[in-house]
Amino acid sequence: MTWKEVFTSSVGKKLVMSFTGIFLILFLIVHAGLNACIWANDGGTMFNAGAHFMGNNVVPRILEIGLFVGLFLHIIQGLMLEISNRSKRGTNYAVSYSKGSKWYSRSMGLLGTIILIFLVIHLSDFWLPNRAHQGFLLGEEINLYAKMQEEFSELWVVIVYVAGCLSLGYHLAHGFQSAFRTIGVHNKRYNAIFSCLGYGYAIIIPLAFIMMPISFYFHWLN
Amino acid sequence: MEHKNINLTLKVWRQQSTVSKGEFVTYQVKNISQEMSFLEMFDVLNEQLIQEDKEPIAFDHDCREGICGMCSMYIDGKPHGPWQANTTCQLHMRAFNDGDTITVEPWRAQAFPVLKDLVVDRTSFDRIIQAGGYVSVNTGNAVDGNSLPINKNDADASFAAAMCIGCGACVAACKNSSAMLFLSAKVSHLALLPQGDPERQSRVVNMVAQMDKEGFGACTNTGACEATCPKEISLSNIARLNQEYLLASFTSAE
Ligand code: HEM
Ligand code: SF4
Ligand code: FES
Repeated sequence: MTWKEVFTSSVGKKLVMSFTGIFLILFLIVHAGLNACIWANDGGTMFNAGAHFMGNNVVPRILEIGLFVGLFLHIIQGLMLEISNRSKRGTNYAVSYSKGSKWYSRSMGLLGTIILIFLVIHLSDFWLPNRAHQGFLLGEEINLYAKMQEEFSELWVVIVYVAGCLSLGYHLAHGFQSAFRTIGVHNKRYNAIFSCLGYGYAIIIPLAFIMMPISFYFHWLN
Repeated sequence: MEHKNINLTLKVWRQQSTVSKGEFVTYQVKNISQEMSFLEMFDVLNEQLIQEDKEPIAFDHDCREGICGMCSMYIDGKPHGPWQANTTCQLHMRAFNDGDTITVEPWRAQAFPVLKDLVVDRTSFDRIIQAGGYVSVNTGNAVDGNSLPINKNDADASFAAAMCIGCGACVAACKNSSAMLFLSAKVSHLALLPQGDPERQSRVVNMVAQMDKEGFGACTNTGACEATCPKEISLSNIARLNQEYLLASFTSAE
């Protein structure tokens, strides 16, 4: 079978979702870890040093391209799968079947779309102004800690971020386990591990992100 | 248990043919024994319709003992009705109360077009099975059953997968109209045994290709199929299918 046949089959498309999803899961650990430097409570010195390395060193900047490719593949494939899957029913049921599956597992496309809208807002808040300031190469950056302070002094911005991260949490509550099933983990013992890890991740990582705007809004940081 | 007779209102999907537009028609049935099966209740309703010179409702059934997989009815928002691990023919009227209104729909999926009323065309499943191809066996005398050592857990898992009766409830329950639970049962029961080994790669690849061609959706692991399956086929079969597919697609020679 050709690679084209593999990746255009329904199972192959799901493999793309799974590989890119696991890649994004790994990225978010790095992202959350680095951002947690705001809680060093040193007026942003440590955070800005980390941000400076990520924005001004060739290695993370090359990895950043990979991140965008992965994200793009995940979004496009995810939205196309959602549209295609929705078209397979034909006539809708008068009474829909909602028992037997969790609402968030049935709403991955919707949750993903909310995350996408959030991402557009989020990138144009921080990533875009910063890269524009750098001329999109390696140049002088803006003070991202000060930028966070400024953004997160507005209540509606905080609400948007909390909503975005909640959607991410539910997306991952299903997505994490699902990704490992998609790559073929069928052993009960391992499925139990991935299910625990998945719920843990889906709570801890989004919660860490949610606490960031909240910490700024309530002036818990100096 | 107390023996009771009940009266019910039924909202049943009626559709002349695949191309015609269907609609719900409401019927009253009276004095239904709670010992009856759901299909027997439909027999009573059809008798009533014949006596009124109306066309009886077309529905599929064969064994009426939970083994053939023909009785495809989507009852009150669940394939095969409210009971767990059960087929429509084995659903008894004690699952309902006097005065209930029950909505009965056909399986809905583009790959299962409605032929008439509650009868859908499930030959797409037959074509998926055919796409799996043959299983190599030695000719000559039948070998002794114990000549091939098989791990007990694998034999049990294979048997559990082979329980699938091809009813299509998994497709009917899935929000993506995916046939993955069915397909994974068919792939798993052979993939777990040495007898299925020689053709394991071509089997999974061809069956997935046929499933896609028939117009079923892609699996998103929601678990709705497992929850409604009359034979309790495990969702982990789908992960096994994914593994078989992944290995086949990355290691196949051509
Ligand atoms: C940006 C917008 C996003 C969209 C539109 C989107 C959309 C989707 C869709 C439609 C699915 C398929 C549903 C399923 O298979 O159950 C999915 C699965 C998944 N997503 Fe996302 N998603 C987005 C962002 C993210 C992010 C940021 C992450 C991770 C940090 C992520 C991780 C996952 C994982 C792990 C899966 C499961 C893959 C599998 O089942 O094999 N997604 N996504
Ligand atoms: S997997 Fe279960 S629900 Fe699906 S066809 Fe087989 S027996 Fe029916
Ligand atoms: S009629 Fe055979 S399983 Fe119901």
